[in-house]
Amino acid sequence: MKYLDEYRDPRAARKLVAEIERIQTRPWTLMEICGGQTHTIVKFGIDRLLPEAIELVHGPGCPVCVTPLEMIDRAHAIAVRPEVTFTSFGDMLRVPGTGSDLLALKAEGCDVRVVYSPLDAVELAARLPDREVVFFAIGFETTSPANAMAVKQAERRGLSNFSVLVSHVLVPPALRAILESPDNRVQGFLGPGHVCTVVGTEEYEPIAERYHVPIEVTGFEPVDMLEGILALVEQLETGRAEVRTPYRRVVRREGNKQALALVREVFEVCDRKWRGVGNIPESGYRLREKYSSFDAEKRFDVAAIEARESPVCISGQILRGVKKPVDCPAFGEACTPQNPLGATMVSAEGACAAYYAYGRHLAGVTG
Amino acid sequence: MNVSELMGSCPVPLSRYERITLGHGSGGQLMADLIHKLFVPAFGNETLAALEDQATLEFGGNGERLAFTTDSYVVKPLFFPGGDIGSLAVHGTVNDLAVGGAVPLALSAGFILEEGLEVEVLERVVKSMAEACTRAGVRLVTGDTKVVERGKADGVFVNTSGVGRVPAGLRLSISAARPKDRIVLSGTIGDHGVAILSVREGLAFETAIESDSAPLHELTRLMLEACPSIRCMRDLTRGGLSSAVHELALASGVGVRLDERAIPMKPQVRAACEMLGLDSVYVANEGKLMAVVPASDAEALVEAMRRHPLGRDAAVVGEVVEGHPRYVVMLSSVGGERVVTRISGEQLPRIC
Amino acid sequence: MCLGIPGKVVDTFEEHGILMGKVSFDGVVKKICLDHVRDAHAGDYVLVHVGFALSKIDEDEAKETFDLLEKMGGLEEIREPKT
Repeated sequence: MKYLDEYRDPRAARKLVAEIERIQTRPWTLMEICGGQTHTIVKFGIDRLLPEAIELVHGPGCPVCVTPLEMIDRAHAIAVRPEVTFTSFGDMLRVPGTGSDLLALKAEGCDVRVVYSPLDAVELAARLPDREVVFFAIGFETTSPANAMAVKQAERRGLSNFSVLVSHVLVPPALRAILESPDNRVQGFLGPGHVCTVVGTEEYEPIAERYHVPIEVTGFEPVDMLEGILALVEQLETGRAEVRTPYRRVVRREGNKQALALVREVFEVCDRKWRGVGNIPESGYRLREKYSSFDAEKRFDVAAIEARESPVCISGQILRGVKKPVDCPAFGEACTPQNPLGATMVSAEGACAAYYAYGRHLAGVTG
Repeated sequence: MNVSELMGSCPVPLSRYERITLGHGSGGQLMADLIHKLFVPAFGNETLAALEDQATLEFGGNGERLAFTTDSYVVKPLFFPGGDIGSLAVHGTVNDLAVGGAVPLALSAGFILEEGLEVEVLERVVKSMAEACTRAGVRLVTGDTKVVERGKADGVFVNTSGVGRVPAGLRLSISAARPKDRIVLSGTIGDHGVAILSVREGLAFETAIESDSAPLHELTRLMLEACPSIRCMRDLTRGGLSSAVHELALASGVGVRLDERAIPMKPQVRAACEMLGLDSVYVANEGKLMAVVPASDAEALVEAMRRHPLGRDAAVVGEVVEGHPRYVVMLSSVGGERVVTRISGEQLPRIC
Repeated sequence: MCLGIPGKVVDTFEEHGILMGKVSFDGVVKKICLDHVRDAHAGDYVLVHVGFALSKIDEDEAKETFDLLEKMGGLEEIREPKT
């Protein structure tokens, strides 16, 4: 595939690793923000290719993992209603709430369907006028234009049987929370390439400056990430703290203005609770008042549902990069993808689930 | 964390679910749990416990054995690019016999029909089955029909059982693999799974990919003639390549190393997997098999396979190793390694 | 988040008031919303996430990564990978 395969070239990867080894003189702790980037690191064994002195810790960039428990419970409360056709991205189906997960609800007879795009849910609403079609609108900024468009299209097409359950989260507040934390170890960040495709890179500049951390906005393929890691090490070795964008083939400093305009029209910033982390002010999106008729929380009156987290789970510390999955006593034992205790094991992209999927709980199986 | 503790008696219960979910049918860990913890203990016999693709039974006195297998087909939609539930059923059962070295002889078919099914649809399915039987050189000799109420079946469910004759002296087994053996695939992976997804509601896309469902009995016969040292063969179905190599690793008590770059895959299948965020090692296959063969015979086997249309993309994709027994490790395309864990249930598309 | 992959625009059209397109991923063709990349035309490559094109892929910028790698030295300098 063009613009994909080239970025998986093993020779390019080896060159970059060799260069990292050449310039690195001190240990560095780096964080990749996106769950998709964590996935790449573990799937391709990238951290194992790097010199030991470069430590990669995994950030909170998995909207599935950080969706608060009560939001999952609200989703379930809506999905069990007989008139509801509950649509969602595949990622959310196995995320357990306090009681169950969407897949189990489906087994019990609820109408739960996986869609590829939010527009598929809109199409479903048009095709099934007698059903209440609800779409679980999760994601970081990357998915916000798509979710916004779904609402806009439902409005345009006069679909009163369509609504969205919104649980958007934003990256910069999470970054600040990590950097403000007294036990923060992260010295440099691999920035979220697809988030920045939408929002641009400008809002990361004050963060880099304020906390004196370099940020390299990278893509998701192995060569992209190694390029980003090399650039971060270069910056750290020379004491710099800039925002740079190796992923320039897709990311522009100003982002996608058209997409942003739509997002700002449909959504507004609000406080948001992050599973495993707690409340982060101004870290989420909610529907603007003028679109409140599409708000599933209001339509189905589930906003009051609250929930409590498992006491064993340390995902808060994992999401902030303070601990790694292998540091958790429950990892791979009481807590597995079949029986997740918390945020970072619940989805395939959570740091714990990614580690488990690629066998990190099996110490000594690979070198 | 002790590796054998993880794979041995599992401290967590059978599954978190009190009801059967779709994940229990996906060929992954949930299904394995169901088989190992419910079915095998309940029926208590060695033949079943061996969990080969077919059961071979002593029969008569001349050393030949009877191979016996059964499969149920619940695919939705009934008709998909490259096949339908009927041809799928015949090919699948023929293949379960063929990979055990059996010459397929006869099939049975049990139909569970949903009230309201158009007869014309059933006619198409049956015609397709008949054609598939002819192609595979088997006869469908006995059957059964039941009807259930509207909503209790997806139009048609089919169970096919098959019997075949295993030549005297041939003993293939999934537990026979030894370190240094090579793992050979007969062709590209993921075709069937992607073909089904391409017509699945909510995910549909346009593609030229068709299901690779096909009868493999000629290919297996050719393979056994060219390479009598073959340890075992397995047809790849649900749970993909991963399930097949895991079954091998577990049954033989060996480790498996795969080379990602060696695994044949059509570009469109790869693209569809990338688009939906699916890992191709878990995607369903039909009409493909895996063979385990001593290292010295691997090249000759692959050459022989490539002479047959259903083996033209045959390749060595990995090897059996002594290290990390019962685990599967894959060398990624950029040179790093990862452990391929057994998927829990159904693989779902992701956005993350 | 952010599973986004590159695809080639094959065709563009309006549907329900927004710009849509047929995008090909190595021959797998999907209907994708192009309304956020209105200057994309047939032949262009776009980055697609959940059925939406978010950006046009800049060919020149893409080449830069590999120019950079070339500057880093010839193939003969590549060390053996860690195993």
